[in-house]
Amino acid sequence: MTSQPSSKVDTVALFVTCLVDLFRPSIGFAAVKLLEDAGCQVVVPPGQTCCGQPAYNSGDRESAMAIAQGTILALEAHPAIVVPSGSCAGMLKRHYPELLADDMNWGPRARSLADRVFELTQYLAARGLRIDAQVAARATYHDSCSSLREMQVKEAPRDLISQVRELSLAEMAETEACCGFGGTFCVKFPDVSDAMAQRKVDCIRATGADLLLAGDLGCLLNLAGKLKRAGSTIAVRHVAEVLAGMTAQPAIGESGTGDSRMGDSGVGGK
Amino acid sequence: MTVLHDSNAFKANAATALHDASLQEALAIAREHSIPTRARAIERLPEFERLRNSGRDLKNHVIAHLDQYLLQFEQSVVARGGHVHWCPDAGSARARVLEICRSVDARTVTKGKSMIGEEIGINAFLEANGIEPIETDLGEYIIQLRRETPSHIIGPALHVTQAQVEETFRKSHDGLDPARNLDDPAALMAEARAHLREGFLKADVGITGANFLIADEGASVIVTNEGNGDLTQTLPRIHIVLASIEKVVPDMHDAMTLLRLLPRSGTGQELAVYVTFSAGPRRAADLDGPGEYHVILLDNGRSAYLGTEFEEMLRCIRCGACLDHCPVYHSVGGHAYGWVYSGPIGSLLNPALNGIENAKPLPHASTLCGRCESVCPMRIPIPKMLRHWREREFAGAIAPMPERRLIRLWAFFARRPWLYRLAARLAARGLHLLARGQGRLKSAPFAAGWTRHRDLPAPQGRTFQEQWRARS
Repeated sequence: MTSQPSSKVDTVALFVTCLVDLFRPSIGFAAVKLLEDAGCQVVVPPGQTCCGQPAYNSGDRESAMAIAQGTILALEAHPAIVVPSGSCAGMLKRHYPELLADDMNWGPRARSLADRVFELTQYLAARGLRIDAQVAARATYHDSCSSLREMQVKEAPRDLISQVRELSLAEMAETEACCGFGGTFCVKFPDVSDAMAQRKVDCIRATGADLLLAGDLGCLLNLAGKLKRAGSTIAVRHVAEVLAGMTAQPAIGESGTGDSRMGDSGVGGK
Repeated sequence: MTVLHDSNAFKANAATALHDASLQEALAIAREHSIPTRARAIERLPEFERLRNSGRDLKNHVIAHLDQYLLQFEQSVVARGGHVHWCPDAGSARARVLEICRSVDARTVTKGKSMIGEEIGINAFLEANGIEPIETDLGEYIIQLRRETPSHIIGPALHVTQAQVEETFRKSHDGLDPARNLDDPAALMAEARAHLREGFLKADVGITGANFLIADEGASVIVTNEGNGDLTQTLPRIHIVLASIEKVVPDMHDAMTLLRLLPRSGTGQELAVYVTFSAGPRRAADLDGPGEYHVILLDNGRSAYLGTEFEEMLRCIRCGACLDHCPVYHSVGGHAYGWVYSGPIGSLLNPALNGIENAKPLPHASTLCGRCESVCPMRIPIPKMLRHWREREFAGAIAPMPERRLIRLWAFFARRPWLYRLAARLAARGLHLLARGQGRLKSAPFAAGWTRHRDLPAPQGRTFQEQWRARS
C-alpha cells in the first residue's frame, strides 16, 4: 500500500502540523534542513492549518470533513507531502480516505493524496539520506502509537539516529505502550493519562538515557511536561532536531541560557 | 470493593481505582504476565496472522447469514432431543431459565463461567427466587464469595490479590482450620475444590456459557482450564447453555479455526486444558450426561447492530486480549467501566447493549492508541468504532454542550487559514510571555486538565508559518 518516495521527486510540501507551528517551530526548520540535505526543494503551502484530529476524534465528523477538504486543497498539487508527526501523517494517509470515502469528488482526491503522504523519518530513510550530525548523548526513542501502528514506522528513525556521531541509543521496555497523551484524552481524563505517563516515564528512566526522542510533538509535550514537573534533567527533543544537529535551542520545556527574547530562535533566518 | 453499575461514573470510578493499592498491585501482576505470555504463544505459530484473517472472514460470513445459521442450529439441537429458547432480552432469558429450574423443583444450580450470565444478572435473579447458584469456576467462585462482579472477561477475579483470596476463604469457609497453610495458588485451588465438590453433587441444574455454537452439529462448546464446566454440565439432571446469537459458527471445521485463535489470544495457551463439546441430552447408550439440554439464545439488542457501522463488534470471541493490552485498562481495571464488559471491547459493547446514554464516557476513555486492534484475533477495528460512538454522541447532542461548542469554535478557525494563522500567532506569543522565560508553565488558562499532573512546555514565541514567511 505505501508507495515509495521516488528519488526523482525534488519538490516536497511540508505539512508542518499545528503543534509544531504553535509550540516548536524549530522542529519545522530542522525538517526543512533534513529534506534539503536529502536533495529536496521544500515548500510550505500557506493554506494548511491543522489536520483535523481534534474534531475527528471528538466525533465532529462534519468539521473533520471540512478541515480535511481544506487540507487536501492546500496540499494536493505537490508530488510528496512530508509530515514531522506520525499522528498527523496517519490522519492524512489513513483517515482522510475513510472520512471522505463516500464523496464522489473528494474521495478520489483523498486517496490520491494519501498515496503521497510520508512521515518525516520514513521519507528521509527511504531517500537514503546520510546523517551528518554530532550530539553527545545517551538517547532513548519513544514510538508514537500512530507512527507505529498507522504509519508502520519503527526502524526508520532508529536507522537515522544510529548515524548521529557520539550518540548511543538505549531501548526502553514496553516500547509499544501509549504515553497517555491521546489528544483531548489527556485533559478529559487527566488522572488516567497521568498513570499512563508515569509508567512510560519509569521505562524511560530505567534506560539511564539523558535524552528522550520521538517523532510526535504531542507525545513529547506530554512526556516533557511530566518529566519537568518531576524535576527530571532528561532532555526532551523531536528526533528531527537531533538528526539535523540543531540542538542550540533549549530542549522542550526548558528555559534558554538567559536569553529568552521572543522569536530569537536563531534558526528561522538561515 | 463495592459493586459499581454505572458506566457514566467512569471518571469517579477510575479515580477510586487509581488510589486502590491492592488493585494496582493486581493489575501490575496481570500486565507483566499477560503481554509476554501471548507474545510467546503467537511467536510459536508462524501462520497466526493468516489465521486472524480466516477468523475475521469466517465471522463476517456468519454475521451476513446469521438468521440462516441460527435456524440451522435450532434444527440440529431439536433433532438431538434438545431445546432452543429464543430470548430477545435479558428479562425473557431469566424467565426461561427460572421456568426450566422450576420444572424440576431445583434448589441448587451449579454454574460454569458465563458472561451472558452476567449480562442477564442470572445469579441475583435465581437467589431472589429461592434457588442457590454456585459458581464453580475458581475466579467466579472467589468473586461470588466477595459479592463482586467480574473485572475481566476471562479472568473474573483479576483484581483480587492472592492474599485477598486467602482472606476471603478464611472468612467464608466454615470449619476451615486456621492453622491450614493457604499461601500458594495450588493450596487455594484445593480448598475451593473441596468446598465445591458438595455443590456439584447436590445441584439439580447446571448452567454453562458457550464459547461457540456449532450450527450443523447442534452442539455447544466450552473452553476451560479447571474442568469445572464438565462437572457442571454432566452431573445435574438438566444442562442449560447461556449463549448470545453471534456465537454460532457453521461447522466443526470453523470452530477449530476459532479454537486455534482463542486460547493463544486469551491466555497464551496453544489449547485450553479442556475443550468440551455438548450435543443434546444423554442418549440411551451414554454412560452419563444430563437428561435435558436447553440453549438460551440471547439477542439483547445485538441484532439491532447488524448492517450498521458497529456490526464488526459482533465478531468478538471474548478472548480478553484487548483488555490485556489496553493502557487504560491497565490503569483502572475492569470495574471502573461500570458494567459487565470492560476494556476496549467493553467501551463498544456496554453502550451498544445498555444504551449510549448510560455509557457516555466509555468511548472517550481511550487514547485510540490502537494496540487493541493490533492484538485482536478477529481484527475488530476497535478505535474506529469508538470514534463512531463519539460521532453518535456528538450528532445526538449527548456529548456535553461546552465541549461541542469548543470543538466547533476551534473548527471555525481551522477552516479559515488566515484567521487560524492570526490566532496561532497570538496564542504562541501569549503563552510564551506567560512562561516568563522559564520554558514551561505550571498553570495556564483553559489548561487545568493538562497542568494538574504536568507542566505545559511553552511555545518558542513565533509560529513556524510566521518565521517561514519572513525567511522567503
